[in-house]
Amino acid sequence: MSPAEPRAGLSDAALVSAVRSGKESAMAELYDRYSAIVYAVSLRVLGDTGAAEDVLQEVFLQLWRNPDMFDAGRGNLAPWLAVIARNRSIDVLRKRRPESDVEDVLLSVEPDMAGDADRAMAMTRVRTVLGGMPATQRNALEMAYFEGLSHSEISAKTGEPLGTVKTRIRTGLLALRKAFQT
Amino acid sequence: MSGHEQFADDLALLALGTLEGDERQVLEKHLQECAACRRELESLRGDMALMALSTAGPKPPARSRERLMAAMAKEPRRETVSPPRRPWWVLAPSLLAVVFLLLVILLMRRNSALTQRIAAMDYDAAAQQVELRRAHEIVSTLTANDAMRVTLVAAKTPPQPQGKAIYVRDRSSLIFIASNMPAPPPQKAYELWLIPASGAPIPAGVFKPDAHGSAAVVNPPLPAGVELKAFAITIEPEAGSTTPTMPIVMVGAGE
Repeated sequence: MSPAEPRAGLSDAALVSAVRSGKESAMAELYDRYSAIVYAVSLRVLGDTGAAEDVLQEVFLQLWRNPDMFDAGRGNLAPWLAVIARNRSIDVLRKRRPESDVEDVLLSVEPDMAGDADRAMAMTRVRTVLGGMPATQRNALEMAYFEGLSHSEISAKTGEPLGTVKTRIRTGLLALRKAFQT
Repeated sequence: MSGHEQFADDLALLALGTLEGDERQVLEKHLQECAACRRELESLRGDMALMALSTAGPKPPARSRERLMAAMAKEPRRETVSPPRRPWWVLAPSLLAVVFLLLVILLMRRNSALTQRIAAMDYDAAAQQVELRRAHEIVSTLTANDAMRVTLVAAKTPPQPQGKAIYVRDRSSLIFIASNMPAPPPQKAYELWLIPASGAPIPAGVFKPDAHGSAAVVNPPLPAGVELKAFAITIEPEAGSTTPTMPIVMVGAGE
């Protein structure tokens, strides 16, 4: 889609509202904005382009069918889509039915991830934080996040105590948050 | 995170969807009551969104977009031109008004029909009252104790015991009036019998004449629609009998 189109300047909330009244072009714009992040996280979890495409399709089709499941009053669509895509990918990876209703996924996040430039900056910062973590912590966080492993499974894999694994996962996530707090 | 450090690690696992069993149940119960922990859970999901940003890779293939658009086109769609569909309850007052209007029309028509029926019934009731009053007058005249009963016979003929029975089969109604009857023997009374065209005589009332020899039997209990041949009178015990005791003291055949 060309950035010259007027829809490109619309907010996520305005686009979701247009989707609600059945505007396919608004859905196309949202896809163009966020398909890359949805696909990237799905591909990272699933390691298979076909499976990642299926999740990509499923996530956007779900939004098309039921735009109300995204609460526009609670922020941008990008972080929400990213979390939905990650959770669905883990479900696929672990061959289980979708864990929870997507409507229940409420989240709050500091950086504005709507614009391409904002996302690019945020991406650099996240990678910096992850790169600066001790390997044991980064591994625990990545195993929980990208593989959907429980703390017991991680503990069994790494030989570290359960409590230590739990704390590493949480402090890893908090470290990301801190990097965006002024 | 403030105040509930014991849940801090589990909250992160819950956000990631890897908390299981009792720990999950305990935490979910706590979340129902704790707004601070709910906020922290939302923040942890935000952190998860940041984590997604660490991923980078090739863009999705163009066919994915086409596939999505094709799938969207196949979906049953919402209205695109008309204004957003109003929820049903917005129309509820109008629907209610229509229902009430129909109800009012229906009730008015029924009311009018009922008024007509009541008027007709009033008329019938008034007519019946008049008839009833006349019937009453006739019966009370026939049966009044103070009525003067005079039997006319041919001149110079001594007065004879006489009975007059008027019977309407369809209504099983009977009026019997007697005059010039001699008093029955002590502990005895007269009994009127209805003699049917076929079958045994049917008792139709026990009576004793007054001092002037007059007596009346009005509408005694009778079986319905009996085709009768004659009336008869016998003398029976005061309580009456179920079969007549001979002899028959008076008899009269139907015309």
